[in-house]
Amino acid sequence: MDIAKIAKLANLPLNDDLAKKLQKDLNSTVKLVDELSKIDLKDVEPTSQVTGLTNVTREDKIDKSRILPITGYFKVKAIFNDVS
Amino acid sequence: MMFLDLSIAEIAAKYRTGEISPVDVIKECFENIEKHNPTLNAFITICDKHKILDEAKNVKFVTTLSGIPYVLKDAYVTKGLRTTAASKILENYIPDYSATVVEKLTKAGAILIGKTNMDAWGHGASSENTDFGPVKNPWDVSRVAGGSSGGAAVAVSSRMAMFAIGEDTGGSIRNPAGWCGISGLKVTYGRVSRYGAIAYASSLDTVGPMAKSSQDLAIILQQIAGIDSYDATSSPVIVPKYTDNLNIDLKKIKIGIPLELGPQIKDAVSRLKELGAHTIDVSLPMLRYAVSVYYLLAPSETSSNLARYDGIRYGTGRENFTQESMRRIMIGTYALSAGYYDAYYKKAQAARTKIIEDYNKAFEKCDVIIMPISPSIAPKLGELISDPVKNMLADMYAVTANISGIPSLAVPCGFEGKMPVGFQIQGPMFSEGLLLGLAHSYQQATQHHEQKPTL
Repeated sequence: MDIAKIAKLANLPLNDDLAKKLQKDLNSTVKLVDELSKIDLKDVEPTSQVTGLTNVTREDKIDKSRILPITGYFKVKAIFNDVS
Repeated sequence: MMFLDLSIAEIAAKYRTGEISPVDVIKECFENIEKHNPTLNAFITICDKHKILDEAKNVKFVTTLSGIPYVLKDAYVTKGLRTTAASKILENYIPDYSATVVEKLTKAGAILIGKTNMDAWGHGASSENTDFGPVKNPWDVSRVAGGSSGGAAVAVSSRMAMFAIGEDTGGSIRNPAGWCGISGLKVTYGRVSRYGAIAYASSLDTVGPMAKSSQDLAIILQQIAGIDSYDATSSPVIVPKYTDNLNIDLKKIKIGIPLELGPQIKDAVSRLKELGAHTIDVSLPMLRYAVSVYYLLAPSETSSNLARYDGIRYGTGRENFTQESMRRIMIGTYALSAGYYDAYYKKAQAARTKIIEDYNKAFEKCDVIIMPISPSIAPKLGELISDPVKNMLADMYAVTANISGIPSLAVPCGFEGKMPVGFQIQGPMFSEGLLLGLAHSYQQATQHHEQKPTL
């Protein structure tokens, strides 16, 4: 595993000592998860969720109870109209 | 004997006759917190005692939970009350809203007295991976409490609160329940709304109760279960009346046994057989691959969920993640990265399908499955946190319930030396009522769940 590349993708600042330590830990984790290569998973459909629910939608209306105070956020100009 | 040794139903009855008041019980909670928390470190935030006692004076008894004090794993947002997920990243975060589970409990009249310590973001099985100091096991303070909901389990076990709300992504309710000698329920995925739960791995995260008995768990679940328009994955399946259906006929129950069981769990199974249940050997051939599946799926999801903590919204940089969290984020990033996605993430999702098929087949032959929760009793402090692979293997029996979505109930069943041992009862999707009933029958006939640590 190219630890520097993964750290960059993960946006994690690592110093050399930590990178070295994590490299060792990550190699042993990869070894553990590599067990999966022993199973025949050809033609098995992947599962990404277990609810069986599909297309859960709600009415396209503003729910004012969910509008939070704006403390601690940047304020920018509205992009959409009709936020009354 | 103290008030906190009583069941929720007993306390609720005494409130109504006027024999005791919520103030009495909450005073006892704070006494125990003041006495034992400095050693056990179960809490990250303790609510203001005087404010809580004032609140306790004005309780309207609308549900069985009215006036019942509880604690919340610090993984749930609470309006106006610091919420950290046990990470420096959120050290000073005061949320603007509360999680649905908190709103529901408040409406039921339950009283929140504090937020409990945990493995940061849910990343761990020992509650040592926290920026607020490790949680200690009340049965032996040189041992871990389990995790990630370790503080929650300790608070119940050492009588600092009547119950707790934990969160279970790969055993995080059941593992500390087992190691601290209490009961804990990992619900069917979607049974309880996740709105306001700080996400670890969204397709595996579940919100559930931890308490002294199965009957207590049923009372709590009754209040927190159900569909929520704020969580699109919450289930429209009708919530049954758990509390009215705890007395089940064990003669109709067939228990599947997939593994060699330790002596304490064997005794529990014999007891259930004496009570009328039948047993049958079942096989879960994918069980040995479960940890590998879990440690691809959960880190992948967490690498995505935790990407949002970039310093802009909360003011704390990503160097503040602990080593364990960095490991999980990096494994996930690796599994999702170009060239590795098919070999790792997609393969783990296919293996997830096979694990679900294993359970479907097993539940054709039996009603429930009994398994250990953990491969050992609570380890010494430092053992798991220093050994990432051992830390992962601590979850080996727990993760399949999350991968497949099924419910699983952790129940205490005895001791190895002075340390508690528990087992888990797993059932098909939405079989919480059956699991609670089975555990209730067992607890009516045994006293393991009534044992408490001497502190």
